[in-house]
Amino acid sequence: MSDQGSTRAVGAGRVLIAVYAVLAIAATARSAFQIATKFEIAPVAYLLSALAGIVYILATVALIARGRVWYRVAWITICFELLGVLVIGLASLIDPVLFPADTVWSYFGRGYLFIPLALPILGILWLIRTRPDAGGH
Amino acid sequence: MIEWFTWVQVAVAVAAGLFCVIRGLVGRAPNDLTLGSAALVELLLVVQVVVALVAPGAGNPPTGSLLEFWVYLVTALLLPPLAIFWALIERNRWSTVIIGVACFAVAVMVYRMNEIWFVQVA
Repeated sequence: MSDQGSTRAVGAGRVLIAVYAVLAIAATARSAFQIATKFEIAPVAYLLSALAGIVYILATVALIARGRVWYRVAWITICFELLGVLVIGLASLIDPVLFPADTVWSYFGRGYLFIPLALPILGILWLIRTRPDAGGH
Repeated sequence: MIEWFTWVQVAVAVAAGLFCVIRGLVGRAPNDLTLGSAALVELLLVVQVVVALVAPGAGNPPTGSLLEFWVYLVTALLLPPLAIFWALIERNRWSTVIIGVACFAVAVMVYRMNEIWFVQVA
């Protein structure tokens, strides 16, 4: 691998990035539609969906880009997603009215085959494996 | 939407997805077969576009939101070309897996489109 190349967009990591990209597109497009047509039904949930979509886009970029700053951004966005899917997943069980079933994190991502729950965990494992060297550079 | 055609489409996309993921995991770079399966998935999506354009005027209107249906259809249309494009620049096993992932995503999206067209849970 050349020094110019990304350190994270290699091998199996590319599949992870592709899945992140698909989820980013899906969540962003869907929340844009929801905000445009039925915002008043569940404003909190749809705004959170839009936020989730933007964070997925940011995570996708951070996984592709190289350097330590992006590595940190990848950690922050992926942890944010894990926190999001756990907190909103729980909240949607407790209060289904506030969080209807059709947001990306409701019921731990059930509407997206639980991919939103699995993806941050795989992402964290991938970041640990591709950690930039502590010394050198 | 035509229900039987939609199920054929879901079945083809799932089969193409399984095929490509397995081919990729056993270490094969993208070839005519795996790229062709993604092209077939895309072709069926184009047919779906024609069906979706004609159906509402032919006494087969969607029971759900037509706009939401189109958001899904247009997004799904983008996935196989992106995966094929990726596979043409990057010729290794993971590109084959990615083609499979794109096919699976299309299968899920077509399934959702079917729900939007036919099934409304009030």
